Amino acid sequence: MLVLLALAVAAAVMFIVAYALEWSTQVLGLAIGGALMAIAAALILAGKRVAPGKQVTEERPKFPDRRAERELQRDIERGGRGVSRRGVLLGGAAAAGTALGAAFVIPVASLGPKPADRIGASPWRRGTRVVSEEDAQLTPADVEVGTFVTGFPEGADKRELGSPVVLVRLRPEDLELPSDRSDWDADGVLAFSKICTHAGCTINLYRYPLYPPQSPGPALVCPCHYSTFDPATGGERIFGPAGRALPQLPLDLDGAGRLIAAGEFSGAIGPSWWGVRKGT
Amino acid sequence: MIRGAIRFLDERTGSAPLLRKALRYAFPDHWSFLFGEIALYSFIVLVGTGVFLTLFFEPSLARTTYDGVYDPLRGLEVSVAYDSALRLSFDVNGGLLMRQTHHWAALVFVASIAVHLMRIFFTGAFRKPRDLNYYIGLTMLVLALLEGFAGYSLLDDLLSGMGLVIAYAATLSIPVIGGDVGFLIWGDQFPGSDDFISRLFIAHVLILPVIIGGLIAVHLALIAVPHHSQFRGGGATEKNVVGTPMWPGYALRSLGLMFATAGILFLLGGLIQVNPIWQWGPYEIYDGTNGAQPDWYMGWLIGALRIMPPIEPSVFGYTPFPNPFFGGLLVPSLVFGFLYAWPSIERRISGDGAVHHLLDRPRDNPWRTAIGAALFTFITLIFLAGAADRIFVSFGIDYGTQVWIFRVAVFVLPAAVYLLTKRICEELRESDWHPLRAPPPATVTRTARGGFELTREARPRRRS
Repeated sequence: MLVLLALAVAAAVMFIVAYALEWSTQVLGLAIGGALMAIAAALILAGKRVAPGKQVTEERPKFPDRRAERELQRDIERGGRGVSRRGVLLGGAAAAGTALGAAFVIPVASLGPKPADRIGASPWRRGTRVVSEEDAQLTPADVEVGTFVTGFPEGADKRELGSPVVLVRLRPEDLELPSDRSDWDADGVLAFSKICTHAGCTINLYRYPLYPPQSPGPALVCPCHYSTFDPATGGERIFGPAGRALPQLPLDLDGAGRLIAAGEFSGAIGPSWWGVRKGT
Repeated sequence: MIRGAIRFLDERTGSAPLLRKALRYAFPDHWSFLFGEIALYSFIVLVGTGVFLTLFFEPSLARTTYDGVYDPLRGLEVSVAYDSALRLSFDVNGGLLMRQTHHWAALVFVASIAVHLMRIFFTGAFRKPRDLNYYIGLTMLVLALLEGFAGYSLLDDLLSGMGLVIAYAATLSIPVIGGDVGFLIWGDQFPGSDDFISRLFIAHVLILPVIIGGLIAVHLALIAVPHHSQFRGGGATEKNVVGTPMWPGYALRSLGLMFATAGILFLLGGLIQVNPIWQWGPYEIYDGTNGAQPDWYMGWLIGALRIMPPIEPSVFGYTPFPNPFFGGLLVPSLVFGFLYAWPSIERRISGDGAVHHLLDRPRDNPWRTAIGAALFTFITLIFLAGAADRIFVSFGIDYGTQVWIFRVAVFVLPAAVYLLTKRICEELRESDWHPLRAPPPATVTRTARGGFELTREARPRRRS
């Protein structure tokens, strides 16, 4: 036991030295952990030596005590004796308590605004220019077939949920956009919200067929729960738990051949909520 | 000195008789009783290391440029929260040891509570008069999950953000009021207003730990009031407690366990890297990574979210159940709802509403043990489903195939485990076999007709 305590002293001193000399985390951990373990061993050993297997038998406290229960009930009831309209008074007290409770709880509303216009919203409008993370204007030439580029609305906060879009380019013959979105691409470049409609994670995987005749088609994949969306059909879900398609942003080119938004997203961005299909 | 201290206390509090009784308090001896203690001691380590960390961590989303000692990130624009987490890891002497020990302690804290819960469940320790304390313990487990999640979400590294946005989606998925609740918590659409991280911080360092600490006190008091439960044997009855007395035996042993728990946590914190936020990098809503895994106790929820079929019904244009509702809210609500309801369910079905101080061995109640094993199987399966992408990387089993296997297995396997466990328990109860003890003596007799007959002498059961 003395050896263990001496070991604890040594390890603790070693910790102090290691700290003073700014040694590595590993040495610090070994020293302090070693000191604690030595003390633990000493204590457990002491427990075994001092009281080897000594057992005691204790009486368990006796409860419940029915008589005390009855007396308690009687005393409580006695306190209200002689008071008329007890029910009404109790009702009044309950009403006062509830109202006061509600009054105390209501300031919680200051925590956040009404979601009304903000939820699912995005800064993209018709004509918004598409820029890169470094604020450079993007053109279709920046988006190569088989890879994706992240775009943002020019001048908007990049950290807003509705800001980032993932840009991919498909060969014209691969496009199967719905008829009302046939002109939503710009030179074969398509834009989708980068935020998954399932749980809001970032779509940052792009599966592109290495050998088209055999591999599955291009797909945008979320790494959190593997919701998978098909860019060719306008972001339809093809695998995973997402309940809605990935919102598509219609694209166009401005006079200088740079990418701009031709309108707003095809649906609410981000994870679903009660009113997601109503807009608010 | 001892005499002086006792005098001082007794003259002011009159506590000498009470303390004398406390020294004789009997602790029944069983290894499975120690998990709760490990949880308690992990909590102490959490508070200690946590206080150290709060002195350096800054919960702010203001932008700053990292210029600390970690070269690969220098010059990067990051949040003040992430910056301060890096600083306390690399620039504060001993900071990384404290941070990693804190993280390890959180992992062990939740794990020991979970194992403790299983001990309570499988031995029937939740029965009257301890049902009240069982509810308190369950509540602490729920709070510990929230507390742990809040903790690793504070650092504003990539993993924090990916976890938080899923929490945001789960909140939004509450039927009808999800959007409002989400905006109340986050203050705006995700990533929320700048106040959000202060709210998360105060929840993590004050609100939740204070509630957990208070509940620990009540939990311990409610253990002491009826005294410990105990297994049969060695003269144990419903009316007494047989065990090692607090002084000198148990106090020394338990203190030893406390130092050992702390020692192992500090060794882990010093030697084994955990949550390397500098490798994940800072969080931006437009960044993500493949292969990110949450802390272990969140894994079952990820799995439930992943294997849920893409159901998101639309009713009159409204969306009552956004998909994350099923895996993110319904599954944990059902699991915890079931655990909360279990004492009343068992009381109703078995008709046994009596007070129990003697514990069951798992085999003594095959039905309960089988139910518990089935539930454990279910949770393990969805936990594994949460690692399906890692299973794919390691073993090459197609992810889509795995999802279907898990969708079927979460229903079939618990049922199979239920039947199997029930059968095993019944057999064990019959034979009184024990893996660590010698089997009861048996005699093989050759019968006149040439057959063999096995007669087992029933071991005298160690009942009082």
